[in-house]
Amino acid sequence: MTETFSGSHGLSLEEPLLFEQGSPQQCGVDLEPVPDVVDRLGGMRRREAIGLPGLAEPTVVRHYTRLSQKNFGIDSVFYPLGSCTMKHNPRLGEKVARLPGFADIHPFQPDSTVQGALALIDLTAHWLKTLTGMPAIAMSPAAGAHGEFCGLLTIRAALEDRGEQRTRVLVPESAHGTNPASAAACGFTVDSIPANARGRVDVAALKAKLGGDVAAVMLTNPNTCGLFEDEVLSIAEAVHGAGGFFYGDGANYNALVGRVTIADLGFDAMHINLHKTFSTPHGGGGPGAGPTVLSPALAPFAPLPAVVHDEEGFHLVEHASGSGRKPCGRIKGFHGQFGVFVRALSYMLSLGADGLRQSASDAVLSANYLLASLAQDLSPSFPGPCMHEALFDDRFLKDSGVTTLDFAKALLDEGFHPMTMYFPLVVHGALLIEPTETESKETLDRFIASVKGLAAAARQGDGQRFHAAPVHTPRRRLDETRAARSPVLRWKEPG
Amino acid sequence: MRYLPLSDDDRRDMLATIGVASVDDLFVDVPLSARRDRPLDLPLHATEWEVERQLQDLAGRNLTAGAAPFFLGAGAYRHHVPAAVDALIQRGEFLTSYTPYQPEVSQGTLQYLFEFQTQVAVITGMEVANASMYDAATATAEAAAMAVRITRRDGILLSGSLHPHYRSVTATALRYAGYRIEALDPDPFNLEDLLGRIDEGTACVVVQNPGFFGHIRDLSALARACHEQGALLVVAVAEPVSLGLIEPPGAMGADIVVAEGQGIGNGLSFGGPGLGLFATREKFLRQMPGRIVGQTVDADGRPGWVLTLSTREQHIRREKATSNICTNSGLCALAFTIHLALLGARGLAGLAALNHGKAVQLAEKLERIKGVRMLTPAFFNEFAISLPRDAAGVVETLAERGILGGVPASRFYPSYPELAGVLLVAATETASEADMDTFAAALKEIVS
Amino acid sequence: MSKVYYTEDHEWVRLSGDEGVVGITEYAAQALGDVVFVEPPAPGRVLAKGDEAAVVESVKAASDVYAPLSGEVVAVNQAIVDQPGLVNESPEDGGWFFTVRLSDRSQLDGLMDRAAYDAFLKTLE
Repeated sequence: MTETFSGSHGLSLEEPLLFEQGSPQQCGVDLEPVPDVVDRLGGMRRREAIGLPGLAEPTVVRHYTRLSQKNFGIDSVFYPLGSCTMKHNPRLGEKVARLPGFADIHPFQPDSTVQGALALIDLTAHWLKTLTGMPAIAMSPAAGAHGEFCGLLTIRAALEDRGEQRTRVLVPESAHGTNPASAAACGFTVDSIPANARGRVDVAALKAKLGGDVAAVMLTNPNTCGLFEDEVLSIAEAVHGAGGFFYGDGANYNALVGRVTIADLGFDAMHINLHKTFSTPHGGGGPGAGPTVLSPALAPFAPLPAVVHDEEGFHLVEHASGSGRKPCGRIKGFHGQFGVFVRALSYMLSLGADGLRQSASDAVLSANYLLASLAQDLSPSFPGPCMHEALFDDRFLKDSGVTTLDFAKALLDEGFHPMTMYFPLVVHGALLIEPTETESKETLDRFIASVKGLAAAARQGDGQRFHAAPVHTPRRRLDETRAARSPVLRWKEPG
Repeated sequence: MRYLPLSDDDRRDMLATIGVASVDDLFVDVPLSARRDRPLDLPLHATEWEVERQLQDLAGRNLTAGAAPFFLGAGAYRHHVPAAVDALIQRGEFLTSYTPYQPEVSQGTLQYLFEFQTQVAVITGMEVANASMYDAATATAEAAAMAVRITRRDGILLSGSLHPHYRSVTATALRYAGYRIEALDPDPFNLEDLLGRIDEGTACVVVQNPGFFGHIRDLSALARACHEQGALLVVAVAEPVSLGLIEPPGAMGADIVVAEGQGIGNGLSFGGPGLGLFATREKFLRQMPGRIVGQTVDADGRPGWVLTLSTREQHIRREKATSNICTNSGLCALAFTIHLALLGARGLAGLAALNHGKAVQLAEKLERIKGVRMLTPAFFNEFAISLPRDAAGVVETLAERGILGGVPASRFYPSYPELAGVLLVAATETASEADMDTFAAALKEIVS
Repeated sequence: MSKVYYTEDHEWVRLSGDEGVVGITEYAAQALGDVVFVEPPAPGRVLAKGDEAAVVESVKAASDVYAPLSGEVVAVNQAIVDQPGLVNESPEDGGWFFTVRLSDRSQLDGLMDRAAYDAFLKTLE
C-alpha cells in the first residue's frame, strides 16, 4: 500500500487525541453573561486552571465521527457473541427515550407530577413478571451482576428473617465469573460444582454438596454451554428440600422468553438483562439494567425503592417503615435505569407476546442452524440440539498451529465480530456462538461460508493467515502485555 | 414483525438442515410443566405508531422540567446538553457496539474512554481514573471497599454531608463484608466533627463536597488528619459542573474521588441511567475496580488502546475479584466526554460561574421572604433553606401551581423532625430570572 | 549443595541450610503467559505452609503463590517486581520470588523431587 503524507488512507482516518488539538481560547459552547452578584464560595474558588483543551464544535464533531468509524457495531456487522445476545437495537427506543416527558423529568419531583414515569416502570415490571410467571420484581439493579447481587441479598435477608445462618452458595464451574463474585460480595463462601459429560451441571455432585448450611444454588439456564439444564426441576426440589433458595442467572433468557415460564422451573429469583433479551443498546459497554424477578418468599425483602399503585395513583415507596416491607436495603441511587426501561418497554410493546415468543423460537432455530451447518468443520463440544447458542472447542484446530484466538482474529478480517472465546472454561479453547433472531438467513450463510473457509485453511496449514490476522482492521493486534506492565491510563501534559 | 428477518421459507430450510420437523423439537429438554402453551395475558405485537402513541401518552402524564419553573437538585442536575452530543452518541458505531474486548475493531470506543479517563482525572485533580461505574452511589461503596483493601483496616466513617442514597447504597453493598460502618447524622448546619472520630481502625472517611445540603468545605485539614492516622480520604461529588469553579478534591488531598457524572452530557431521565466517575492516585491503581483502558502499540508499532489490568476483574479472579462489576456506563461516559470536549477549560469554568451566579441570584430573592432562613453560607449551585412550615407540604402546593420548587429533606430523612422544614434548592444555567421571581412569589405566599 | 523440591501447585524450593528460595516452575510460568505484575510477601512475614504468600498476574490470569513450607520471609526478589517479565525468562533461577527461613524441616518430606515432579507433570497432559 502506498504511504500517504497524512497517515490516513481514504476513509481509514487517523485521529489524534483531543488533548493534542485545540487551544485555550476556543470553546464549543456559547454561554450567557454571569449575573452581577457577589459570590458565596467561601474562599474555595479553584486556584489552578483546568487542564482541558478548548475545541470548537466542528473539531469535536469531526473527532468523534472519525472515532466512530473505527468501531464495529451491530448496525454494521454480525456479532455472534455467546451469552451477550447482540440483537438489533430498534431506533424507536431512542426516539421515545428522548421524549421530554421521559428525558426531562427529575427523580425527586413530587409523585403527582410524574405519574406517567411511575406507570412506565410499573408497566415494564408487569411485562417482566407476566412473561416469567413470577409475582414480584426488583427494578433497581443496573446490570446483570448487580441483579445477581440483588437476588442473593434478598435471599440472605429472607434467611436471616427466618433466624437461619446459611453460609454456602453452590455455583456451577461453567458459570460466569460474576456469579461467585456476587456471592462473595454477600458474604457467602462459594462451592464449585463440576459439569458432567453432557455439558450440564453434575446433579449428583450438586446434591452431595447440599446441606443445612447452603443458602442458595445459582444456576444459569440455559447454561453457558448453550444447553438447557434438563434436570432443573430435580435441582429445584433438592435445594428447596434442603431449605435453600434457587437463583437463576437469566443472561440466556433469550432462548426462553414467551415460551418457558421461569416460575415453573422452580426459581426463587432470576435477573433479566434488559440489554440482552430486551434489546436495549449495548452502548460500547453500558448502560444496561438487571431487574430481578422474585418469588413470594423473597418478595418482602426486595430492595427499595418500589413503585406501588392504589386508587390514588402510582407512588414511589422509598422507606421501609409503615410499608409492610422488610427491604434488604438500597442498591442503587434514584429509581433504577429509567432510560433503559423506556427502551425495553418500547421493544416489548413492539414485539408483543407473540413476537417475543417468535424471537425465542428464531434465536434457538438460528443457533441450531449454525450448529448443524458447522458440525463437520468445527468441533461441537456436545451433541445437539442446543438452545440459543452453540458451543465448540478447539479440537478442530489440533496440530494446526492455530489457536482459538488466531481463528477469532481471522474472523475480524472477514468482517465479522468473533464469537465469545475461551468461555466457558469447561472446554478447551471454547468458541461460543449466539446468532440471535435478528440476523437474516443470508447473513448466517455468509458467516457459515467464512467459518468453513477458515477452518479448511487452518487444516491445510495456512498458519500465516491466522498469525498475521487481523490485517484489514484499523489496528493490528495490540500488545496487551506492554499495556499491563507499564500502564499508561491517561494523557499527560508534556514537560 | 419488523425486527425478525427470517421468513417462513427460511425457517423451513433451516429446520431441514437441522433435521427436525419443527422448532418445538429443539425445546425437547424443557419440562412440559414449564412450557407456555396458553397465550400470555399480554398484548400482541403492535405497529410502530401504536407503540409511539402509547408511550407518548405515558410521557404526557409527566410535568417536564422545561415546562415549569424548575429548581431541583439533590444529586441530579438539569444542564443544557448541546445538540452535537446527542447526535454523536446515536451513531450506530457507538450506540450498538459492544464492550471493546476485540481492540482491533474497537479503537473508537477505547480512544474515547482513554480521553474520558484523562478528563475525569484532570477535573477531579487526581492521577488516574477508570472507564466509569454505574453511578455515584455504587462508586462510593466501591471506594470504601477499596480503602479497606489498601489500609487493611475495617472502619468506614460516612459523613452527614453524604447524599443519603450514596450512604444507604454503601451500607447495603458492604453489609456482609465484615466492615464497621459508622454513618453520621445528616448535617444541614455543617457542624459535624469528623477529625475527632478518626483513629487507627479507620480505613477511610467519606465526605461529599459540595455536601448534600450544599456546603462547600476546605477538606485539606481533614485530609491531613486522615493521613496522619493512616486512613484514606474519599470525596464524593454529586454535581460535576462544580469542579469548574471550586477547588477539586485532589488539590485538597483526597485519595479517592467518586462522582455522579450525569450533570455533564446526560439529561435527567428520571434519575437513570447514571454515570459513576472514579479516580485515585497512581499508587492505588491496582486496587481500583472497574474497567480501565490503557495505551499500547499494535504489531505495526502504531499507537492504540486496550482494556487492561483486567486480572482484577471477576471473569478471571471470580470470588477473589476486587468487585463484581461487569459493565461500565459506556454510552453515558461518551456523552460526558463529548460535552466536556465541547466545553473545554474555558467553557467548564464559564458554565460553573454562570451556575453559581444564578444560584446566588435566587438565594438573594428567597432570603428576602419572611420566615425563610438560609442554611448554607458557601455553596455552588444548590443550597438549603429552612421554612416556617413543613417543606414537603410546601413542595406539593408549589407543584399544584405548576412550580417544581426544590426537594424537601424529609423525603430522605422522614424520621428526623428537625429536618421537616428544610428545602434543598438548586439553580443551573437553565433557570431564568422570570422563573426565579415566579418561584419566590409563590413561596412567599405559601409560607406567609 | 542445594537441593530443589517441588509442589503440586508448581512451586519450587531451593534449599540451602535452613533457608529455602521459592519460585514458580517453568510449567506454571508458561501456563500464565506474560507476567505483568508480581506482589511478593512482605519481609518479616511469618508464613504457614499453604498460606497465600504472593500474587502473580499475567494478562489473562491471576494466580496465588502458596508457601510450600512454614517460616519467616527473610528476602524478597525486587527484580521481579520491577521487571515482571523476568518470571517468564528465568522462572527457576533469576525469577525467584522470596526466601523463607524454615521453621519445620519435617515438612520437606511432603515435597517432590525433580523426578517425581516431572512424573506428576506427565499426569496432567
